[in-house]
Amino acid sequence: MNAILNRRDFIKVSSVAGSGLILGFHLPTKENEAFRAEPAVEFFPNAFVKIDPSGTVTISVAKSEMGQGVRTSLPMIVAEELDADWSKVRIEQADAHPTKYGSQSTGGSFSVRGSWQMLRQAGATAREMLLAAAALSWNVDKSSCRADKGFVVHSSGRKLSYGELADAAGKLSVPTSVQLKDNKDFKILGKELPKLDTPEKVNGSAIFGTDVRVKGMLFASIEKCPVFGGKVKSFDATKAKAVSGVKDVVSIENGVAVVANSTYAAFKGREALSVTWDEGQWANQNSASIKKMFEDAVKQKGSVEDYDGDAEEAFASAATKVEAVYEVPFAAHATMEPMNCTAHVQNDRCEIWAPTQAPQGAQNEAARILGLPLDKITVHVTLLGGGFGRRLNSDYVQDAVKVSKAVNAPVQVIWKREDDMQHDFYRPATYNVMRGGLDKNGWPVAWLHRVAGPSSRGLVVGGSTPQYKIPNFLIDSHIKETGVPIGAWRSVGPSQNGWVVESFIDELAFAAKKDPFEFRRQLLTKSPRLKRALEVAAEKSGWPARTTQSGGGKPLAKGIGRGIAAVEAFGSSIAQVAEVSVETDGTVKIHRIVAAVDCGPVVNPNTIRAQLESAVAYAMSAALKDEITIDKGRTVQSNFHDYSMPMMSEMPKVEVHIIPSTEAVGGIGEPGLPPFAPAVCNAIFAATGKRIRRLPIRPEDLKKA
Amino acid sequence: MPSFSLTVNGKKHTVDVDPETPLLWVLRDSIGLTGTKYGCGQGYCGSCTVHVDGEALRSCTMAIESLAGKKVTTIEGLSPNSNHPVQQAWIAVDVPQCGYCQPGQIMAAAALLSEKSSPSDEDIEASMNLICRCGTYNRIREAVHVASGATKKKELGQKGGK
Repeated sequence: MNAILNRRDFIKVSSVAGSGLILGFHLPTKENEAFRAEPAVEFFPNAFVKIDPSGTVTISVAKSEMGQGVRTSLPMIVAEELDADWSKVRIEQADAHPTKYGSQSTGGSFSVRGSWQMLRQAGATAREMLLAAAALSWNVDKSSCRADKGFVVHSSGRKLSYGELADAAGKLSVPTSVQLKDNKDFKILGKELPKLDTPEKVNGSAIFGTDVRVKGMLFASIEKCPVFGGKVKSFDATKAKAVSGVKDVVSIENGVAVVANSTYAAFKGREALSVTWDEGQWANQNSASIKKMFEDAVKQKGSVEDYDGDAEEAFASAATKVEAVYEVPFAAHATMEPMNCTAHVQNDRCEIWAPTQAPQGAQNEAARILGLPLDKITVHVTLLGGGFGRRLNSDYVQDAVKVSKAVNAPVQVIWKREDDMQHDFYRPATYNVMRGGLDKNGWPVAWLHRVAGPSSRGLVVGGSTPQYKIPNFLIDSHIKETGVPIGAWRSVGPSQNGWVVESFIDELAFAAKKDPFEFRRQLLTKSPRLKRALEVAAEKSGWPARTTQSGGGKPLAKGIGRGIAAVEAFGSSIAQVAEVSVETDGTVKIHRIVAAVDCGPVVNPNTIRAQLESAVAYAMSAALKDEITIDKGRTVQSNFHDYSMPMMSEMPKVEVHIIPSTEAVGGIGEPGLPPFAPAVCNAIFAATGKRIRRLPIRPEDLKKA
Repeated sequence: MPSFSLTVNGKKHTVDVDPETPLLWVLRDSIGLTGTKYGCGQGYCGSCTVHVDGEALRSCTMAIESLAGKKVTTIEGLSPNSNHPVQQAWIAVDVPQCGYCQPGQIMAAAALLSEKSSPSDEDIEASMNLICRCGTYNRIREAVHVASGATKKKELGQKGGK
């Protein structure tokens, strides 16, 4: 990549003497129609570069840090083009701003790929200005100067530090076009770097949402209607108000908030509260009725989502037919830090401290509730104790704004674990009817996938189109209102559809009596990148599945099966091989996961590996642990005793192979999830001959009779 | 409101709270030490782990009235400059992702190592039954070994061996 960019997006924010070089972004605004008239390009800038006279480079990060490493990866991109001394790079978390940084929403594994070009341009622009400043002060040609690790060096050997040059650079005009580096010249990108925020996370000084302390603040806990969509009918706060430390009890429509001088007093007051609910229309809903709704729906044709050829016709005339039903349950996010937000509403303004993936969403919600313009709403983004999609919603921000307004004081609303578990936006439960047809040579000629799921089409059908060469396929859907709130759950649609597709293709391979790796490989003609990932995962794992006889693979210990799965998602291609054994009581033990990923140019291998390790643990919770069930319109599970998490003893060895790539930059926070469940289930099949068609994997489905 | 005295990170504190108040909330809301985290309130997850007289305990289920005269150490008091071997190992292995559970993980690891200087994988898995939703488990296990010096010794041993 050696693009010359020619956008006039940068502005000098300040050229006050002594303040150094400050570069911000100039974004399309209503006042600037010239920019608006430009053809639409992906434009997600989120940097703000500041070099002070001491040489410290401060980079604003406008995406939310939730463990995926953006407070390190995004500055690395800027620092690369800037030729900065990495040890002098500091970060600042940007507050929410409607336009300054583009979208600040942190999701879709989009932070690096969405910022890549802009951040490089930001760094290169600053570098060019520093070079120009040095050339000017030496009275030499700029082409005889080069940037090197925080210095501009002249061919004569003279050098000036960025700190020494910052002030002069700040007085120059901003270049309209800058040259970006060739990928082969990268010095910082691709390097194994520790995360910048690790030190503060090992000594207790890192500030998460719950750690925000504001002078005079109160703490609130909210009793919400346990039934989805229910409202407060009436409440009696007499006993709650008698609890020591309780300052006030206020109703906020969908709940009653107990406000106190400490978190514990708020919890205690809440226990003494008596609320009568208007439970609304979903009070009789339960998991069985939802399943029935889906089962009934799939008897009819649904809305066509994607197709090629005539799948029904091809299925009818197929030499071999395979049919199966795959069931996915609701899943909770269960971030370690429960939902919380601190807000201080005053007459004409509001200040918010939130662990949010959607700073601008939070700002919009607060403005709407308070009837204030956006510029009167300040949103500070804290560290997030996990996000995984849950914190794209602003429900807990609304809570804090409403309660602060009601009691006229700064308030931290903190959800109990039970609130967090029972008022989530869950991964949708889906019901999938699969039909596949093979020709007489065992190659697929028909693929039919009918899915029924709740309320949000995209979340239900995303990632359902198979990447394989199948001449006739049809995906159709039934979207039903269930009352259960659903939302983006780390890897979203592909998290369940990856399992359905990659399990069913395995069934077809078995029916065709072909090796599941070879079967997939032959069918990946349209996706060379995914094919390569599949090959690397297979090779590194020692495929084939069972013995050494057919292809020289590494033999497996008795009782262990290997399964494979490959998924393209979030701009990356990834394959995983799982090695699994099943105890006689049906307990599944995962021994090893071998992952191969092509995510384009590598920013930081350390965080890529960390994200793929993390994806295994997160995917494992939904594949092997518990499910969220519904009874009387409410979530049954409440805490980690009945919605349990994988523990260290269950964590397999995870081997990550990053494929060198010149493809476009891909995402990494989510792609590791979709292949995990199918690789494990396919390995269970290899080990036991039993096919898992409902999640989570249950020991009773695998117990030896 | 009754008064309770306890020593936290070497400093004596007196707090006026409900006797049933869990130590977690005394630390966070009364004393202002927010490094210890609330995760579940039921002792399941371990994010609130602190040392009480040197033992790793879950502060969310320990009533303040049971702590008279006890010495409490939190993540903020584990070392003066983040230089406890466990903290150093956590940095060396770059363990944290979101970081929320890590103060509890680190306190649990420090207590384990003070009892067993070279724990096995099984020892670590058995004693560190804390939840990490980001799944940093493999790095935690590795970091505990690094902190114990075991990894270093093994590497040296291998070089000096065959």
